[in-house]
Amino acid sequence: MDSVLSAILVLLGLALVFGLILGYASVRFKIIGNPLVEQIDAILPQTQCGQCGYPGCRPYAQAISDGDAINKCPPGGQSTIDQLAELLNQESIPLDSEHGTEDVRKVAYIREDECIGCTKCIQACPVDAILGAAKLMHTVIVSECTGCDLCVEPCPVDCIDMIPVATTIGSWKWPAPPSPLQIIATDKRVQTEELH
Amino acid sequence: MTDFLLILISTVLVNNFVLVQFLGLCPFMGVSNKLETAMGMSLATTFVLTLSSVCSYLVYTYLLAPLDLVYLQTVAFILVIAVVVQFTEMVVHKTSPLLYKVLGIFLPLITTNCAVLGVALLNIRKQNSFMESIGYGFGAAVGFSLALVLFSAIRERIAVAEVPVPFRGAAIGMITAGLMSLAFMGFAGLVKF
Repeated sequence: MDSVLSAILVLLGLALVFGLILGYASVRFKIIGNPLVEQIDAILPQTQCGQCGYPGCRPYAQAISDGDAINKCPPGGQSTIDQLAELLNQESIPLDSEHGTEDVRKVAYIREDECIGCTKCIQACPVDAILGAAKLMHTVIVSECTGCDLCVEPCPVDCIDMIPVATTIGSWKWPAPPSPLQIIATDKRVQTEELH
Repeated sequence: MTDFLLILISTVLVNNFVLVQFLGLCPFMGVSNKLETAMGMSLATTFVLTLSSVCSYLVYTYLLAPLDLVYLQTVAFILVIAVVVQFTEMVVHKTSPLLYKVLGIFLPLITTNCAVLGVALLNIRKQNSFMESIGYGFGAAVGFSLALVLFSAIRERIAVAEVPVPFRGAAIGMITAGLMSLAFMGFAGLVKF
C-alpha cells in the first residue's frame, strides 16, 4: 500500500513541478500578435491601394500568413513576390494579372487651376498625401504619395493625372539579374520535360 | 574525454539511431522533403533529445531509484519528454515563427519520436553516468540530424531526377533510406561500445 501511495505521490509531484515550469514558460515566452504578419507586412510596398482585394497592406499580410496566394500585389511586382517566397519558403510565382499588372512607379498630380475643392480625393487617399480644404485648391505631397490610383476615380472634374516618377541618379537601380535557376542549361531541360 | 568522444562516434556513426537501430523513422520519412525543414527539425530534435536525456537521467537517479520506483520509468520519462517538447515549442514559436509554421504538426510529434524515449531508456540500461548521458543524448541527436539532413539532400536531388513511374514518391524514399542504412552498416565494429 505504501509503495502504491509513494508512486502516486511521486508522479503527482513530478506533474506539479513540470506544470509550474510550463506555466512560467508560457508567461515568459508569450506571443503578442503574430510575428510572421509583421515580417510579411514589412516586405509589402505599403501603397494601401487595395488591388489585392484587401483593404490595405496589413490585412493582406494577415491573409498571406493564413495561406492566401503571394502574387496579388501589383505595386510590389515580381521582386516583392520573390521576397515573400523566400520568407515563406515557397516557390516564386508570377504576378496574378487578375489584380493588375506591374507598372512603373507613379505619383498623383492635381492640375491645380482646375480643382474645385470638393475634398473627395482627400477622403479617398489611404495615406493622407493630399492637402487642401473645402472650396480651396488641393495638392499632392509627392514624397507621401504611393501612386495607388485611388484618388483618380472620385474626382468630379478629372483634374488628377498619374505621372510616372522620373528616374534620377538617386533612384536608378541596376536591373535584377536572371534567377539562377534559369542559368544552367540542364535545369532548363528538366523543367521543359516536366511540362510535357 | 576519450570516453566522451567514443560515445559520440558510437552514437553518431556506428549505432546511428535512425539508420542502424531504426528508431525515429516517422520524422525521418515525414520531414525530409525539403532541406530547410529537415534542418529545422534536426535542430529542434537535437535540443529536445539532449535536454530530455539529461532530465530523465536526473529524474531516474534522484527520484525513482532512491524510492524504489524503477518500474515507473517509462511513465515518468514520457512525462519528462512531453514537458521538454512543450517547452521547446514555446521557445520556437517565440524565436522563429516561420520555423514554427514550417515544422507544424511535427514539432509536437517529437513527443512520440521513439528515438527520444529510446535514448532515455537506453541511458538507464547502459548505466550511463550524468556526463555520459549528456553525450549519449547529444550524440543520438547529432546522428539523427546527420541522417535526416543527408536523406533530405538526397530527396531534393531525386525530386528532379527521372524516376520510373512506379517508384515515384514514397517508394523511392524507402529504397534510398534502405541504401543509406546499408552504407551506415559499414561503420559496424568501428567502436566497441
